[in-house]
Amino acid sequence: MLSALDLTKVFDRRVVFRGVTFEVAPGQVLGVTGRNGAGKSTLVGLLAGTQTPTAGTVMLTVDGRAIAPPDRPLNVGLVAPYLVLYDEFTPTETLRFLAGLRGLRVSADEIAALLDRVELSDRADDPVGQFSSGLKGRMKYAAALLHRPPVLLLDEPRANLDRRGVALVGRVVADARAAGQAVVIATNDAPDLDLCDGVLDLGGGEGATP
Amino acid sequence: MTIWLRAVAALVWKDLRSELRTRYALNALVMFVLATVVIVHFAVGQAPLGTEATAGLLWLVLFFAGTGGLARAFVSEAERGTMLLLQLSGRASVIYAGKFLFNLLLTVGLSALTVGLFLVFLPLSIAAWPQFLLALGLSAVGLAGATTLISALISRASGKGTLFAVLAFPVLLPLLVTGVHATVGASVGVDWPTALDDLKLLLAYDGAVVTAATLLFDYVWHD
Repeated sequence: MLSALDLTKVFDRRVVFRGVTFEVAPGQVLGVTGRNGAGKSTLVGLLAGTQTPTAGTVMLTVDGRAIAPPDRPLNVGLVAPYLVLYDEFTPTETLRFLAGLRGLRVSADEIAALLDRVELSDRADDPVGQFSSGLKGRMKYAAALLHRPPVLLLDEPRANLDRRGVALVGRVVADARAAGQAVVIATNDAPDLDLCDGVLDLGGGEGATP
Repeated sequence: MTIWLRAVAALVWKDLRSELRTRYALNALVMFVLATVVIVHFAVGQAPLGTEATAGLLWLVLFFAGTGGLARAFVSEAERGTMLLLQLSGRASVIYAGKFLFNLLLTVGLSALTVGLFLVFLPLSIAAWPQFLLALGLSAVGLAGATTLISALISRASGKGTLFAVLAFPVLLPLLVTGVHATVGASVGVDWPTALDDLKLLLAYDGAVVTAATLLFDYVWHD
């Protein structure tokens, strides 16, 4: 269960949002909308644990066990336009490194299956720096799914993706729902919101609690 | 191998492969050391430099090469935008240990290159090699430990280069002064009890820096 209680974020003196409260149960998908600058990506950062709220708390419990805030980033999978991969490494090398950094043992077959799932098998040994932005987007899905996280955070999930890539987003969300992962999608695209069970509208400045 | 050690090894291996492929710091470091030693060699010519001046020059090169190259540990991740990927994939202690070990390897390589060039081009003569190598090794640990933490501190700031030098100089000053003193001692061949005074000081510095970095890095790493 991923829950946010009375979240407030202030940059300098500008209130990005205030008093945001919600829960996302395992297998549920929450959409987050709002105008540009409303704080969608900031909220994703707070949920991921890579940013800290000015006030309020984010809690993640997995199988009834509370995850400590410093460990939260390790328990989420994030796909976002601002997530940057290492250009000099191939997808296989990247996934092997990320698994190693998490202390996971991942077999070559598992990596091949994951790359097949995001339709990157034929580019498995090319440096990511040679990829188009769409292919890099697919690679971000592979990185986010590698460790089967209990929470999936998708910020602008279809950014730079072609039609097949957009279909991939739908499959990933459906699979996550079936696997009992909590999913948060930050988007203003109607097709993405159609995948969601509920929508949190941050509006154009201070957020509203649904 | 424990999970933690495996994770640290993965980061060191990544940084080594990345450095070998991109030459982000390596080329600049090697060129800096080579150019500095050759320039000093031509400037000094056959004139005797003296033990203190040679030791001072050696540590001058190590300091500036260190501040130029070792800062890249986190700055390169920040400049390329890959910091978020690291934050999402590794524990803070793993990230510090991995970056520290990579910087330590870089420092050891840098020290070996600098000492080698000094032996060839400048009148560096060492009477007590074990003392000298111990001092160099202990200094490498302190240099890598301190620069890794400072690199993490400045990685999100603007004006990184200036900020790094400003922060690094006072932190590294005790290490540099002791390093110069130990090098002079090893050059003239002081006895072990005298040499141990400097070596103990370097060991204490290493302990303080690594302990402080371990305690502080969590705060630096998380927003």
